[in-house]
Amino acid sequence: MNDQLYQDRIVALAKAKTGAGKLDAPTRSARRDNPLCGDRVTMDIKLDGQGRITEIAHQVRGCLLCQASAAALSAVAVGRDAAGISDIRHDAERAIGREAGDPREPFTAFAPVAAHKSRQECVLLPFEALKDALS
Amino acid sequence: MSFDVAAVRRQFPILSEIIDGRPVHYLDNGASAQTPLAVIDAVRHYETTSRANVLRGVHRLAERATEAYENARAEVAKFLGVQPLEVIFTGGCTAAINLVAYSYGSLLKPGDRILLSELEHHSNIVPWQLLRARSGIEIDMIPVTEDGRIDLNELPRLLTSKTKLVSLAHVSNVTGALLDIRTVVTAAKAVGAKVMLDGAQRAPHGPLDLPSLGIDFYAFAGHKAYGPNGIGVLWGKPELLDAMPPFMGGGSMIGRVTFAETTWAPSPRRFEAGTPAIGPAIGLGAACTWMQALDWTAAHDHEMGLVQRLMDGLQKVDGTRLFGPASLQNRYPVVSFTLDGVHPHDVAQTLDSFGVAVRAGHHCAQPLMDRFDLDGTTRVSMAPYNDNTDIDALLAGVAHAARTLR
Ligand SMILES: Cc1ncc(COP(=O)(O)O)c(C=O)c1O
Repeated sequence: MNDQLYQDRIVALAKAKTGAGKLDAPTRSARRDNPLCGDRVTMDIKLDGQGRITEIAHQVRGCLLCQASAAALSAVAVGRDAAGISDIRHDAERAIGREAGDPREPFTAFAPVAAHKSRQECVLLPFEALKDALS
Repeated sequence: MSFDVAAVRRQFPILSEIIDGRPVHYLDNGASAQTPLAVIDAVRHYETTSRANVLRGVHRLAERATEAYENARAEVAKFLGVQPLEVIFTGGCTAAINLVAYSYGSLLKPGDRILLSELEHHSNIVPWQLLRARSGIEIDMIPVTEDGRIDLNELPRLLTSKTKLVSLAHVSNVTGALLDIRTVVTAAKAVGAKVMLDGAQRAPHGPLDLPSLGIDFYAFAGHKAYGPNGIGVLWGKPELLDAMPPFMGGGSMIGRVTFAETTWAPSPRRFEAGTPAIGPAIGLGAACTWMQALDWTAAHDHEMGLVQRLMDGLQKVDGTRLFGPASLQNRYPVVSFTLDGVHPHDVAQTLDSFGVAVRAGHHCAQPLMDRFDLDGTTRVSMAPYNDNTDIDALLAGVAHAARTLR
């Protein structure tokens, strides 16, 4: 089938559900909505004394791209502070063609989204929620 | 069946488009329908032979433009079964409802009530909330039944002597349910309330006879009824329109302007301030004439045959849930469904890769989504030019999504 967007790696990331769920007593929590499509992401985090993430969990009410992105982000977030998270956001932006350069793993999986402008916000929504939680 | 779908399809150039090697299966007619050559030609004819402003010039092009514009009003009026001067051209269906909320709404007093339903499109909710904020009216809401119809058993409880207007979707843009107008009008008249119908999803399915319905206002959008964008219609009973103040001020809507005082032109001009969307109005007139020429008994049977094929096919896919009336009676060809474990946007995106265009999401009806505790649905909305190949392509795409995305 000519089903270019939902390639195996994106589907696998979404199905892996890395970090899906809630934290007991998170240090911070933030929720972001996309008013256009109704997707909603909630990010719970625990931070150490230096503002680095020690635990992360997310709840996504949204599409597969949003779920896959939240899982990919959760997989690499631990140990990073706000600057570190904004650094990996560049990988997501590169993967979907909004910035030049080669993305690092696991964000290469999102390369098919470059051709689907209307879905790119789905990939970025978990980053927005995490940014809010960190600020 | 006598309906010649191939002959209808030939009149819509876009249906022969090939995108990425696939034909277009356009099943998003509820969002915007496609447009036939008759409409494209009418707009082109105006732009190439009669383009000028209306009502203001004495030169021959202005006369041609004015005649074509007023002729379009007459074509729309014929389609609705009303008089031309009762037809107001607006920017769309949303603009038509806002016109009533603003102008008729300005005649209401604090404590007066408007009755809406749980399945309304946001464009028949938010204008009333804005009015409430301006003038202290109250809004009541008729709930929706399990099968996606407005629950008219609740009418007696919700209609009071304070209710001044009942404004409801003629056909739901999510469930396809047709309103039982007679019941609404009888109950509304008993308490002296006016009735407005949002006809956005009904007008694309054939001519109407508005006077026989006993209603007071009717609104619809051109682009959903095979016409151009940027044009819509408000019909109102003349005695009501005559009592209503202007919505916008400007040229063309005045009697006489002095800085001390300005008098208003009679309707419809009172409500058409400024230069109107002349080309789109002419296109909509042509669309109404095109619709009048179609055999809608056969077209409706054809459309509902597609609905049946779709519902039968969806029920064979594990985990699909259909929303809306189970029966084909009193409904129009709009079908909403969910697929367990797959988000509606992912269903719609997969369908796009099968060449099938549908809409996914809340359909600007978030209260209805809340009613069914849904994030959204995938919506299939049909027109007379759709055929079995469209439905079969969609069913193949849904089956693929079910196989690969969960
Ligand atoms: C039932 C209903 N009402 C109103 C509207 C608003 O129409 P428009 O956006 O063309 O003004 C729509 C369009 O989606 C609709 O489906």
